[in-house]
Amino acid sequence: MQHDNLVELENVAFSYGARPVLKGINLTAKRGQVIAIMGSSGCGKTTLLRLIGGQIKAGQGQVRVAGTSLNALDQPALYRLRRKMGMLFQFGALFTDMPVYDNVAFPLREHTDLPETAIRDMVRMKLHAVGLRGAAQMMPAELSGGMARRVALARAIALDPQLVLYDEPFAGLDPISLGVIGNLIRRLTDTLGLTSVVVTHDVQESLKIVDYVYFVSDGVIVAEGTAAEIRASTLPYVHQFVHGEADGPVTFHYPAPSYTDDLRLGGRSA
Amino acid sequence: MLKQAIANLGNRTLQGVGRIGFAVRFFVAILLHSGTAFRRLGLTIREMYFSGVQSLIIILVSGLFVGMVLGLQGYETLQTYGSEEALGILVAMSLVRELGPVVAALLFASRAGSAITAEIGLMKATEQLSAMEMMAVDPVARVVAPRFWAGVISMPLLAGLFSAMGIFGGYLVGVQLIGVDEGAFWSQMQNAVDFEQDILNGVIKSVVFGIAITTIALFEGYDAPPTAEGVSGATTRTVVTSSLAVLALDFVLTAFMFRGLG
Amino acid sequence: MNKTVLDLWVGLFVIAGIAALLFLTFKVGSMNAVNTTDSYEVTARFENIGGLKARAPVKGAGVVVGRVVDVRFDNATYEAAVTLRLDKRYAFPKDTSAAIMTSGLLGEQYIGLEAGGDSIKLKEGDSILITQDAVVLENLIGQFLYGKAQEGAPK
Repeated sequence: MQHDNLVELENVAFSYGARPVLKGINLTAKRGQVIAIMGSSGCGKTTLLRLIGGQIKAGQGQVRVAGTSLNALDQPALYRLRRKMGMLFQFGALFTDMPVYDNVAFPLREHTDLPETAIRDMVRMKLHAVGLRGAAQMMPAELSGGMARRVALARAIALDPQLVLYDEPFAGLDPISLGVIGNLIRRLTDTLGLTSVVVTHDVQESLKIVDYVYFVSDGVIVAEGTAAEIRASTLPYVHQFVHGEADGPVTFHYPAPSYTDDLRLGGRSA
Repeated sequence: MLKQAIANLGNRTLQGVGRIGFAVRFFVAILLHSGTAFRRLGLTIREMYFSGVQSLIIILVSGLFVGMVLGLQGYETLQTYGSEEALGILVAMSLVRELGPVVAALLFASRAGSAITAEIGLMKATEQLSAMEMMAVDPVARVVAPRFWAGVISMPLLAGLFSAMGIFGGYLVGVQLIGVDEGAFWSQMQNAVDFEQDILNGVIKSVVFGIAITTIALFEGYDAPPTAEGVSGATTRTVVTSSLAVLALDFVLTAFMFRGLG
Repeated sequence: MNKTVLDLWVGLFVIAGIAALLFLTFKVGSMNAVNTTDSYEVTARFENIGGLKARAPVKGAGVVVGRVVDVRFDNATYEAAVTLRLDKRYAFPKDTSAAIMTSGLLGEQYIGLEAGGDSIKLKEGDSILITQDAVVLENLIGQFLYGKAQEGAPK
């Protein structure tokens, strides 16, 4: 059955121990879309990604990927579902003991019975798609940050997944690499018919390429909309985030006792 | 203040117990997921290279020196009873029963054990294990189990090599250097060292040590906090914990095995 | 690391390790645990076995021909019943004697068999009738002192 929504989160709540991180999230990602989940550090974006990937189980609510609910899956079923997903980790998470070629070939070798000749061609194709076919024999330690992430992307799409999850793909890259990655995410989503869920706090790059944005703050979705809607939003939190304002709903000063009191205490003599 | 200290102690004890429970579950998980390690023997063989072959130099050299020292010290002591010809027995028994399995295990723990912990800890810290999970490959089956079996298979081989080198070292010092009778050296040794009692027990000991050390090394790496200090602390803990475990197990096994002689 | 080179090294390692273990087994140790199938058991009774233990060797003319399998105290006769397992290759006459000897001055104790002249040989389950007990140091000293006392008395 064709599902229009590839990813659905319904009223999802999650706590790390006693600390509640997500308190009722409703989120959908349609096929062929690039959606972004944004918010400041520690707001729970990465937790959402891990919930979608099945690395953690929701305390409440439903997480559905391609129509299958993740809550009740056992390990073999979860692993079967994960073959339809790819994930790009923040720093690539390439296997450091093997060259680029073997990294991209890894999912092919583990999950298919394809002969080495077929694998060779597929690896070359994926590397070509990210522009790194010439780097096939380099070791991960020799790659720059941007290149490592591109190789990881090639690895994530090796099995032609339906869904690709990106954990902070723009973090720490130079302007050119930023453009390259953003471009790749959009192009691959369109040409391969994927769905992409991008977790990021890089506003400028992501707003260029996404179809829909969800803003997370304090465990709930505070705003959502298309890129244009978000840019034009007047909600204080969204406005502060999008325009990079130093002070607003997220205050500049970390909670501290009164300044004058603090100084006087320091200045008082024995 | 005292209440706080007691609360802390209780907390840490509970944490420690929880950790031991987790370690046992981890060990069982390794055994259950060992199918891959045997079906894809290449993985295990690769790990045997890194754990076993790369420990060869330190094992062989240490074995040689330990054997030579045994030869020297043994001769000194036996001379007072006029029993120099029993040097072969002394060197062989000490090595095969105790020093071979135990010292080789301690060396293995510090060289290969710490390397395993560091490697797995780093893989965890750089999210390689998570990446593997997300690619629907079970890291316990693919990464942990082959290393476990590599360690268990390598350990008795290394212990045997250690003992053999040691006996050779004792022979070099005793017969060639000092001048103990060569025939007496070997014949007395052969008459006294029994296959079942001494050699087989030594092999059993080294297999048990291999299981203990490798499990501890893998567990500490898998459980390490994903930071630089976390991995470094885990590596230290591996060496300390597995060394203590080897010595404690040695006592237990020796009591079991050699009690019958009493 | 090239796969073939790696396999080669591991192969060498395993061969070296097994060779070391074989060296220990055959050159260092004595594979003289007598097999159950090619052996036969006999019993012998002693009044005092001294320090004789199970697994002690049984020697004929100084050569190991078997092992002591079991040592038991017979509550009826107040003697020690020792079970010997002998290699089938070696047949001893029915009137063979068994003595408990010590190897060297402080060595372990073993059973020495002295063959008799009977044409009928010992079979599985037979008993060795002529036995000599272990030499107990205290008795020896007692005898010596008594002998010395005897010597001195008539003077």
